[in-house]
Amino acid sequence: MLRFVLRRLLQVIPTLLLLSLLVFAWLRALPGGPASAFLGDRATPEAIAALNRQLGLDQPIFIQYGQFLGRILSGDFGASTITGQPVLAEIGRALPATVELSLAALLIAVLLGIPLGYLAASRRGGPLDVSTIMGTLVGVAVPVFFLGYLLKAFFAVQLRWFPPSGRQAVGIDATDVTGLAVLDGLLTREWDASWDALLHLVLPAVTLATIPLAVIVRITRASVLDVMGSDFVRTANSKGLAPGTVRGRHVLRNALLPVSTTIGLQVGLLLAGAVLTEKVFVWGGIGTLLADAITLKDYPRLQALLLLGALVYVLVNLLVDLSYAIIDPRVRLT
Amino acid sequence: MTTTWAQRRKDRIDDLAGGRSLTSEALRRLRRDPVALTGGVIIGLFVLVAAFAPLLAPHGPAETFPQLQQDLRPGNIPGPTAGFPLGSDQLGRDFLSRMILASQQTLLVGVLATLIGLAVGIVIGTVAGAFGGWVDTLLMRITDVLLAIPSLLLAISVAALAASPSQTTVIIAVAIVGVPIFARLLRGSMLAQRNSDHVVAATALGVKRPAVVLRHMLPNAIGPVIVQATLTLATAILDAAALSFLGLGDADPGRAEWGLMLAQAQTYLDVRPALAFLPAFAIIAVALGFTLLGESLREALDPKGRR
Repeated sequence: MLRFVLRRLLQVIPTLLLLSLLVFAWLRALPGGPASAFLGDRATPEAIAALNRQLGLDQPIFIQYGQFLGRILSGDFGASTITGQPVLAEIGRALPATVELSLAALLIAVLLGIPLGYLAASRRGGPLDVSTIMGTLVGVAVPVFFLGYLLKAFFAVQLRWFPPSGRQAVGIDATDVTGLAVLDGLLTREWDASWDALLHLVLPAVTLATIPLAVIVRITRASVLDVMGSDFVRTANSKGLAPGTVRGRHVLRNALLPVSTTIGLQVGLLLAGAVLTEKVFVWGGIGTLLADAITLKDYPRLQALLLLGALVYVLVNLLVDLSYAIIDPRVRLT
Repeated sequence: MTTTWAQRRKDRIDDLAGGRSLTSEALRRLRRDPVALTGGVIIGLFVLVAAFAPLLAPHGPAETFPQLQQDLRPGNIPGPTAGFPLGSDQLGRDFLSRMILASQQTLLVGVLATLIGLAVGIVIGTVAGAFGGWVDTLLMRITDVLLAIPSLLLAISVAALAASPSQTTVIIAVAIVGVPIFARLLRGSMLAQRNSDHVVAATALGVKRPAVVLRHMLPNAIGPVIVQATLTLATAILDAAALSFLGLGDADPGRAEWGLMLAQAQTYLDVRPALAFLPAFAIIAVALGFTLLGESLREALDPKGRR
């Protein structure tokens, strides 16, 4: 087990190194080079020359890459050209909002997706199955931002069930503990703040959950069907085990293995979806930072978000792989 | 026992299965598959409209009309009137013409992006799968890195490199997202071919290596890649729409494209919802059509489905 963990950890290193090389090359491909891109509107020839010296851009390319790596490893991603603040600090402030949104979306997708996929599989070919499959196909075909606006127009503007945007109503004075507004309200027993945060969370979370939900339903369904057709399930059934036992102990446990891998892969989708969802609902998280950075050509911020986004994705999938090895001993042997 | 819908579909598809090549049998199965037919009809209509768009559209995409513009004010965009069956858009242009002409641009962006991604992916996948060894390791590490960046983030970072967004940057950005997927897929199925009997036989017969790779391995390995390409057409169109929404779309006002129309219409959702709904439904229908086609193609090409 330890060898598996170590090997898997070592595999991540070349990926991350190549990633840094890619981002380094990306910086060089920026219009006008990194210095003028980083300075934005403040790019005078003198300022460019000064920044070139400061960033070491007058040095040979290998040394430049070394310095680039050094800066990144020490957490120096430069300052945002919009706000002038260190990018990493900005990301740190925006992170809890996105984490809360993504967790809520993932929770919806998993809690709804696995039972739905299982039900569809166990009634294969029935009306529930066919309509579920059709639903997942349509679900991934709807542009995320359009769905967001649709939900907002109907449930927030028309019916007024939920607030249309933001994370907190005016007049709510919430104490900040973890940055996850719903949780904070519960921890500090500020029930009204927690309820208000939850209401704000519903529409964005549902929007963001659609695509992961569709994927999880389909994988669960396929995986359950696969396991149901296997020999050990037939054996278990012919042994006369209660159907509930076979379903829970044999089918579901084995069918959930591929599903757990898929859940890890959803993190990438969530990050991408968050950019669109947060823009629709003015959420103020990482996605909003990214959307603003695109509009205003804030390259230091884009660079940091690109690197950190990929880093998170790689690490989450590493964790999924490792947990997979714990759940399923067969993985370790191969 | 009552037969279910899925069972009836399967029976209908399998009805004529016999001793035929995988490809011709796959085609037979596709023709008899209601899912494939639905997808095919949607895509067929879409391609037809796109092909004849300039003939079907009564007006140009950028043409503005004074009779529409005079009623244009904040909170009011004129609806259907005589001569303009779908009314005006936010700038006083004929909405119907723009909807029709946009099919062409949307198809162009989706198909070109997929084809470019496919071409590059096939080259990388073939080289990696055929050579193996360190070439394979290096190429696959690179695709790993591209796969490690969430797809929309990758498209954004490529599109953001351009000084100003254009149709070309959108196509390239969306194309790059597909490259690692195609490459990985092809490499995998190429590797599976390397030691198969027909490849060993061809090599033993003295067929040169490039010919073995191109004539014997590639045709047998390309199936899953073609399926993926069909599915990628759907995501390419959706990704292009997302880029438009983020302000990285085609900025040329002389062209109409569903993704961009949808992105721009969000502001007028309460004034004239149709401006958003029609492009949205067009995109959903086309993405759904390609997905249905891809899924049924996957099933049809799966040898396990043969009797």
